[in-house]
Amino acid sequence: MSTRSTLRLVLRRLVQMAPVVVLATFVVFALVQLIPGDIAITLAGEGVSEQRIAEIRRLYGLDRPFLLQYAHWLGDAVQGNLSVSLLSGEAVVESISRRLPNTLLIVSLALLISMVVGIPLGIAASVRPGSRLDGFVSVLGSLGIALPGFWLAMLLVAVFAMKLNWFPATGAKSLTEAPLSALHYATLPAIALAASGIAEVARQSRSALLEVMSSQYVRTLHAKGLPQRLVFWKHGLKNVSVTLLTVFGLLVNRMLGATVVIEAVFAIPGMGSLIVNAATGKDYPVVQGVMLTMVVIVIGLNLLIDILYTLFDPRVDAR
Amino acid sequence: MTHEATSSPTMLATGRPSDPKMPPPRRFALLRLVVRNTGASMALAYLLVLLALALAAPWIAPHSPTVQDPAAVLAPMSAEHWLGTDDLGRDVFSRLIHGAPLTLAASFLAVGVATVIGLPLGLLAGFLGGWFDEAISRVIDTLLSFPAIVLAIGVTGALGVGLTNSMIAVGLVFAPTLARLVRGQTLIVRRELYVDAARCFGAGRTRLILRHILPNAVQPVIVQMTLLLAAALLAEASLSFLGLGVQPPQPSWGAMLARAYQYMEIAPEQMYAPGIAILLTALAFNTLGEALRVALDPTLRHR
Amino acid sequence: MTHLTRPAVAQAAVADAAEDLLVVKDLSIHFRTHAGEIQATDRISLRVRPGERVGIVGESGCGKTITGLSLLGLLPPHSTRVTGRALFEGRDLLPMTRTERRSICGPGIGMIFQEPMSALDPVFTVGEQIAETLRNHRGISRREARERTIEALAGVGIPLPARRYDEYPHSLSGGMRQRVMIAMALICEPKLLIADEPTTALDVTIQAQILELLLERSTSTGTALLFITHDLGVVAEICTRMVTMYAGQVVEDTAVEAAFGQPRHPYTAGLLQSLPHLNRRGQPLSWIPGRVPRPGQMPQGCRFQSRCLYAVRDCNAPQALRELAGGLVRCHRGDELQLAPAIGPTPALHAE
Repeated sequence: MSTRSTLRLVLRRLVQMAPVVVLATFVVFALVQLIPGDIAITLAGEGVSEQRIAEIRRLYGLDRPFLLQYAHWLGDAVQGNLSVSLLSGEAVVESISRRLPNTLLIVSLALLISMVVGIPLGIAASVRPGSRLDGFVSVLGSLGIALPGFWLAMLLVAVFAMKLNWFPATGAKSLTEAPLSALHYATLPAIALAASGIAEVARQSRSALLEVMSSQYVRTLHAKGLPQRLVFWKHGLKNVSVTLLTVFGLLVNRMLGATVVIEAVFAIPGMGSLIVNAATGKDYPVVQGVMLTMVVIVIGLNLLIDILYTLFDPRVDAR
Repeated sequence: MTHEATSSPTMLATGRPSDPKMPPPRRFALLRLVVRNTGASMALAYLLVLLALALAAPWIAPHSPTVQDPAAVLAPMSAEHWLGTDDLGRDVFSRLIHGAPLTLAASFLAVGVATVIGLPLGLLAGFLGGWFDEAISRVIDTLLSFPAIVLAIGVTGALGVGLTNSMIAVGLVFAPTLARLVRGQTLIVRRELYVDAARCFGAGRTRLILRHILPNAVQPVIVQMTLLLAAALLAEASLSFLGLGVQPPQPSWGAMLARAYQYMEIAPEQMYAPGIAILLTALAFNTLGEALRVALDPTLRHR
Repeated sequence: MTHLTRPAVAQAAVADAAEDLLVVKDLSIHFRTHAGEIQATDRISLRVRPGERVGIVGESGCGKTITGLSLLGLLPPHSTRVTGRALFEGRDLLPMTRTERRSICGPGIGMIFQEPMSALDPVFTVGEQIAETLRNHRGISRREARERTIEALAGVGIPLPARRYDEYPHSLSGGMRQRVMIAMALICEPKLLIADEPTTALDVTIQAQILELLLERSTSTGTALLFITHDLGVVAEICTRMVTMYAGQVVEDTAVEAAFGQPRHPYTAGLLQSLPHLNRRGQPLSWIPGRVPRPGQMPQGCRFQSRCLYAVRDCNAPQALRELAGGLVRCHRGDELQLAPAIGPTPALHAE
């Protein structure tokens, strides 16, 4: 595909995604409206004077009309100002930029593990449907989806960290400063996170492959006398690539969520612990900041996947 | 959480027997189909037993789940305490049993909220079409762009922590999935029956459509709701683990795991029971859901 | 369905001394189902000479498609059991391993299918799909394969072939896609082309074009044609011999003119009678009453008996194929019945 048409596609997709992005920011902002009672009072805390409450109201612009508040907040956000934490006073953007790398590291690692382990498993199961391997893969699949990720994490810590001492039980290291150490710390969390991912990838790739390999065009390929390996690796895989991309997008979304819990188990200073503490402590700017960051990441990655779709499947209309 | 809307409208009929398009109602056919599948019948049996345990918890549990016994802290398994005691001397087994009704109720609450919000919105979006559909679809897309747990935590943070609030949050997070599914089904069924209805009957079209579309569109929704029960269970466990759901001293399986984790070095076996309970129950819901999906979609049945 | 108004085109030149290209002997296909093994076809036998164009006709479910598929080993191996022999240039196709068969599929026998949209890989360009066949069997370079593919596309009447090379199946019309399939099947110059209902899914006007194309290719390259269809009109257009199948058996096997001019089997006659024709406008269509017996419940005697207008007691006995007037008929009354020919001009009357 030429660069010009790719650019046009990107532009078109951006335009299509714009309302979703705007709505997302609106949802994040409007979240605060769910707070029962007067927001200003909640923010002010216990036993403060009326004057103080009025001050807070003015400070946070709570006396202005709702949409105006939103516009103001959005304007700030776009410029990189996500307000300050109510608990620590630190700029939200600061906290996020400190913690995001840790989260991204384990999520990326987990995604890698999911695809690298899941796809071959799915392929193996599809090549021999009904075999013992196939049965094993589907059992694994059911388990992976029902298994609580944080429980797996706890078990991993119990065995591999406490008992065998192969991996550290808590904490994280910066990837840029100490890459090997960072990976070492990130391994167990990534494995815990990847469990359900492997199950999903294996299941989807298996069923997609089965469908493709029993399709009519594969029959034509055999009628043309093409060897099986060409049929499978060239035609089969290209046809399932769209499914795999979709699963990947799904996993990104799911893992960014699941990482919250995993981080709690491993006491990793990431986005997860940030939002949990903020939610418990009613630190709304931080909650909003984290939510906004996450949703932007998901939407951005989906955009990328959309573009990749067109590369793999010419039927996807670049409308 | 995978969900594909099935494209075949109906085998379960609620239409009149004289209606040429639908077979006469078969009340227990669905149940029979599900039970034929051994995995599903085991899952169903397990869930029924669990439900019974949950309902009878106050009478079955040997000890109170909240009474603390400082003398017997983190005790191992014994005749008196079948699964030992936790860090405050509370009987783990009793807490496990008392956790069942809480956990189950929480799951049902979340799925209930999701249904109450998602079902009508999806139905209307699919039926009315036009700008309403566009708007609802955009909102659905937007909400689905948030990682589920993150959104749930956000909403819980706003509403205030606690089991009820967190489950309402989870329900809100699941609602878009259901809405999208119902919308898709409505679109399909509307296209199928609308023409027939318009042709054959003239009067009472809306009524007929509502009486025919809704039952037909609802089937994959039942499957999805069952699968969502599993997801809600895991969500509750996670949120309680994080301290955002159940508040102490109430026993939820997730909360029990949190405590067990804190004392993992001293008494690691505390981690097993609640985890296994969560795993088995989620597995049971999932198996049941999958069996229902196969049972309700005739094209999948003879594979 | 085309009407029998076009004159039959020139017959294929058949060398009498030529070896049969394809000899199918007692080919039976059995399916393994959860209800046991069911026999779908019963000892199908036919032969195709080099350059000959044979049509296999019958209604849906008579087994004609699966017979075609079985020749190239395209039936699912685990649930199908095929007995009998299918000799292609003297070699039996049925017991071949996949590797052995690969050298025949393409250069020896080509096949085209009914639904070109589903039969072509949607994620590769049509040119690539043709070229890969060539590269796979002839081992030539990419560039040369591309050139030859473009030639082939031109050869099947596709305009602007160089541009079409880079297009995907979904951006082509149905007729074009079928032309692509034909080009793909013929690119390695096979001796035999099996066509499984290639025009059924196309508009009537496109049908005619595709049939012309197939006829032209067959006559110009000497490729034999095994044409599987339920459409008698199509058979009349381009085939030289017609094999009628009913309920898994061959019931008649004769030259096309004979089949149309004087059918010997009541089923063939029934089929011919039921073709609508302009001359009979205003009159009710004729049809064959009754239904095809189900695969597991085939009667011992003549399978067509329950629907046959000429059934007698002797029809209860199993009917064998008999030679009659240069063809084969599975009816013990074949020589005594005077069955009405097809309504309207038959190929024989118009062969000028």
